[in-house]
Parts: sequence; structure tokens; C-alpha cells
Amino acid sequence: MTGDRVIDVRGLTKRFGEKTVVDHFDIAVPRGAIYGFLGPNGSGKTTTIRMICGLLIPDEGEGTCLGLDVRREATRIKERVGYMTQKFSYYEDLSIRENLDFVARMYRLDRRRQRVDAALADLGLTDRQNQLAGSLSGGWKQRLALAACLLHEPDLLLLDEPTAGVDPKARRDFWDEIRRLAASGVTVLVSTHYMDEAIQCDFITYIAYGKKLIDGPSAQIPAMVGLVTYRVSGPDITALEAALRQENGVEQVARFGTVLHVSGTDRAGLEGVAARYKEHGTHEWVEKTSELEEAFIYLMAGARDNFSRYAA
Amino acid sequence: MSISPARFFAVLAKEFIQMRRDHVTFAMMIGLPIMQLLLFGFIINSDARHLPTLIEMNDHGPLVRAVVSGMEISDYFDIQGTVSGVDAGESALRDGTAAFVVVFPRNFERDILRGLRPTLLVTADASDPSAVGGAVGALSGIVSVAMDQTFGGPLGQLAPSPPPFEVAVHKLHNPEGRTSTNIVPGLLAIILSMTMVMMTAVAIVKETERGTMEMLIATPVRPLEVMLGKIVPYVFVGYVQTAVFLLAGLTVFAVPFEGSWWAFFLGFNLYIVVNLALGFLISAAARSQMQAMQLSMFTILPSVLLSGFLFPFAAMPGWAQIIGNGVPATHFLRVVRTVMLKGGEVGDIAGDLWALVAILLVISSVAMLRYRQTLD
Repeated sequence: MTGDRVIDVRGLTKRFGEKTVVDHFDIAVPRGAIYGFLGPNGSGKTTTIRMICGLLIPDEGEGTCLGLDVRREATRIKERVGYMTQKFSYYEDLSIRENLDFVARMYRLDRRRQRVDAALADLGLTDRQNQLAGSLSGGWKQRLALAACLLHEPDLLLLDEPTAGVDPKARRDFWDEIRRLAASGVTVLVSTHYMDEAIQCDFITYIAYGKKLIDGPSAQIPAMVGLVTYRVSGPDITALEAALRQENGVEQVARFGTVLHVSGTDRAGLEGVAARYKEHGTHEWVEKTSELEEAFIYLMAGARDNFSRYAA
Repeated sequence: MSISPARFFAVLAKEFIQMRRDHVTFAMMIGLPIMQLLLFGFIINSDARHLPTLIEMNDHGPLVRAVVSGMEISDYFDIQGTVSGVDAGESALRDGTAAFVVVFPRNFERDILRGLRPTLLVTADASDPSAVGGAVGALSGIVSVAMDQTFGGPLGQLAPSPPPFEVAVHKLHNPEGRTSTNIVPGLLAIILSMTMVMMTAVAIVKETERGTMEMLIATPVRPLEVMLGKIVPYVFVGYVQTAVFLLAGLTVFAVPFEGSWWAFFLGFNLYIVVNLALGFLISAAARSQMQAMQLSMFTILPSVLLSGFLFPFAAMPGWAQIIGNGVPATHFLRVVRTVMLKGGEVGDIAGDLWALVAILLVISSVAMLRYRQTLD
């Protein structure tokens, strides 16, 4: 194993026809970490995850996953990775038990019956084991999928937007489970759209249009982006928001209920704008620490620019 | 690459469970052969029987009586009664009360004995030519038989040669000219190609479409294990269909089985494999179950139209025969007809078996190429 890095890939690139879906992507994931993988739809998150677990062969790049070569040892990687797909990918016309049993047989697990029984008991689905998987609600399907990809006790979990379409309570339970797994030494790479989930991650990497924009411990992300943010409150926020968008030095105006978070990377420019508006006295301007929220909204906007340059 | 039998059997078992739960497919497997057999076997019938017939008797001798009773026995003709006069006969034909009017001329028997070649006038309702063709053909035979019976014994040498009504209707292997005897064995080729191609095509695309393929290939399972595990269940389906078909064909339609079972077994297994490979090719090319269905339909048309199932192969234009030779159903159709109706052995169908092998090689190499691409 290369140091304590469970995933260590460099320059991963995948093209589908003319389109470069993933463009020279690097990532190093330490053991036991929860690594958040963020980015807009179609940014190449799923493709990257598929390359890491050996479902797709990268066009360029190299590296290891669990110390195994991602190009040549895909089959051995698959034996130790649990991959939870974005869409429920178990058989809706098989019962809960049959699905778990099938997965156990795919990994040729010993003590199959015991393992399946234990998984059913953990899920609390022992009574409903003969119910068809298709009849489960979204939250239960997600729990079943997680149980199925944990059956073979993988060292690495790859979760592709695992909580899409799941209610907040189920999402919280799901994340409790993820943290418990990470504490027991399982490494987790999870892609998500949700800010509240991103905050749960130890590390975050942000990818847009196939390119990595930022990567680091989540606490340092706002500083890495280098945003200055003002919290602005007062009357007629909507008109103010429109006016601020026209100002030089203001790169982003995000609305949170009745307040605006006004951010920019150019401190002097933004301070100038703030000083001018403070003179009107109608609104309260307070500088605040930039949070992940602002950082992500900023990154998303940057990615759009990035793409328009890219397309031109 | 090591193949795990355990994983193969896991896929196989899963496939059977899914097959059992999918009632529509299950009904199709058993219902389709029976329905087609009944529809094609009973309804497509170019050889109509029990056609209403009127007789105009101007001679009451033993020969004429023998011909009439022969006609009654043949069950082509339902003798409704006698008429007199051309007008009465023609009006009966017009309004459909009769399909045939048979006029025995005065002194018919005497003229035959004198070698005057009298004319037996058959007026037929030819609005459906194929309906009366068989009956007209049978009539000459009936008259000849009646003459043999009447002039047999000491007067046998008087039987005219060639007999005046002898029309060369020589129906080998199917002396009664029943359409179902010809259609039913051919139908096996159509039923198998329809269900085998369609079910395999859909079965594999279904995994891709429902997203389960992604889960499957994320496990250590090998492509070959998946492929075999998914295809083998349909071989069993093919066996069940053939059993249903043979049972119904041999009992309900009384189709003969003259030839070697071994030759049949060989041909039909080969044909099943060819169809499964074709289904696999379609599933590798199709992006959705809908597309797979449409592509399957595309392969079924040539099987019906160009294989010789509906139209005699030899009567098709040359270019159509060339295309028809590339259709697996063409060769299996010949195998089944040769074995069941003509008493064929393995040697008689060797050419068609080799043709099937050649088609199989082409289809499966293309399918494997496509399959490898889709996995990446």
C-alpha cells in the first residue's frame, strides 16, 4: 500500500467521443477518511468513481486503489470495494432476501446464510425479507443498497449521490452509519449535491466539467477560495440585490432568507462598495467569515465561466 | 480468467426467479406457441374442404354412382343434391349455395367404354381459386378410383389408358394436401425465433436499462458468467416451447413425424443457439428494451416472409432466395419439414445444419465484439 493512501490516482482522463468527461483528475484519499466529492450535474463525478473502482478503464492516467493498479487489477479492486450507484441498482422483482443472497453469491462469500440473516437483522427487515425490493420506499431502498454493498465487508466505500430523493431523517441516519463505518477504518468517497452533507466530510474536492477546481480539508476550503464576505440586512433586499450585482468588486450575491451574503475575492474592491453603501445608512453591513456555502456558490459560478471559455 | 460455476449458477437461479415473477413473459412462453399453432394451423387453410356441391345426373350407371360416393367420402365435397339444367346450376353458384356443379353427361359410362373420351363438366365458383384448387385436383383422382373399382375384375383391361380425367396431381408426403401439415412444422421455426430472439434481447437490455448492470459489473462477476447465466435459462424455455409444440402438433393437427428424432434434436438445438446469439447481438446493440423489441421484430419479418414459411422458397425471385439463405429460419424450416414430413435423417439435413453453424459463427463473433465495447 502506498503510504496510507487508499486511493491515489493521478491524471485520470476519460473521453467519450469528442467530449472529455474527466480531465487529468488527481486524488489522494487517506485511510478512514470521509472524502466529499462535489460538483454540479454532469461534472464527471460518476465517471471518476467508475474509473476508481475498475468499471471504466481510464484513457489516460494511472494510480492505485487499495494498493492495486486501477488499470490492470480491476477485478481484485472490485472484491474489496463497495460501490453504491446513484440509482437503485438491485432487482426490484427479487425479494429483499434474494437480492442480498444474490450479492453474497457474486462475491462468493462464505457463511452466506448467516451474513444475509445478520444484514437483514441490522436493517430491521427480517420480518419483511420476502417482500419484493421494488415495493420498498426510497429511504428503505437506499438502506438496502448500503447493506448490500457492505455484505462483503469492503475496505473502501464509493457512494454516488447516495441520499438523492431520501427524506431528511433517513439522510441523518444514513450519515450516522457512514461516520460509524469511517470510525471503524472504512474509507468513504461520497459524491453529493447537498451542502449539509459536504459539511460532514473530512475532505472535500470540487470538480466541474471534468476538472478539479479545489481539494483539501473541508475546514480550509473557504480560506483556499479566498472570499471576503459581508452580511447585509435591511429593507427591500430584492432591489438591493439587483443593484449590488451591477457593482465592480462584487462577484457574488447570495440570498439567505432576509439577508444577503455579498462576496468577492478582491478585498479592496469589495470594501469600497461596502463603504459607499454604508453611507446610505439604510442597510447594515457586517463582515463575516466565509463559510463553505459561499465558497461553493462561488465555485459553481466560476465553473460556468470556466466552461464557457472551454466551449468557445 | 477463471470462471466461477457458483457465480454462474447464482445468475442462472436469479434469472429463473425473475422469469417466474414476470407473469406476462411466462404466459408468452407457453401461450404464444399454442396461440400461433391454433391460429396458423386452423385458420390459414388454402385447402378448403366440405365445399357445397350439386350434381346434374344425366347417366345413372354404376360408374357415376361410384364417382358420386367417392366424392362424398373425400370430404372435399358436400353433396347437397341434384339439379337439372344449366340455369339452375349457375344460379346456385351465383348465390353461393354451391361451390361446384358437376355435370355427368348422358351415356358417360358407355362413351368411356367406347373410348370416346366424354367430358365431365365441373363448374366451380372460382372467386377463391385456392379454395377450389384442391377439390378440383382431388376430383380427377376420385373419378379414376371409381373407374378402377367399376371396371376392375374381368373388365379391367377396358379401363382406358390414359384415363380421360387423369390430371397429374401428385401430392407426395402430404397426399391429402392439408395446409396444416405443411404450416405446423414450419411454425416451430417461427415461434422459436420470435420468442428466443425477443426474450434474450430484452433480458440483457433490461439489466442495463434498470441500472442493475452497473451493480453487477461492480461485483467480481465475469462477463462470461453473466452471459451464460442469462442465456441458459432461455435454452430451457426453448425446450419447453418445442415440447408444447410437438405435443399439440402431433395430437391436435395429427402432423406426422416420419424421420429421425436425433436429426430433429440436433437441428433444433443448433437453431436455439443461433437465435440466442442473435438475441444477444440485439441486446448489445439496443439501448432500451423498447429498441430491443423493435429490432427483434425486424428479424422476425424475414423469418416469416423469406424463409419459405408462407411462400414456397423455390418460387421466390433469386435475390430474395439469396437473402433468405442468410435467415436461420430458412434452414431450420427445411430441417423440420424434411425430418417430420419426409422422414429425413441427419444426412439429409447436413447442408442446412452447416448453414446454421456458419450463421452462428458470424452472429456470435459480431455479438462478442459489441458486448466487449459496451462493458467499457
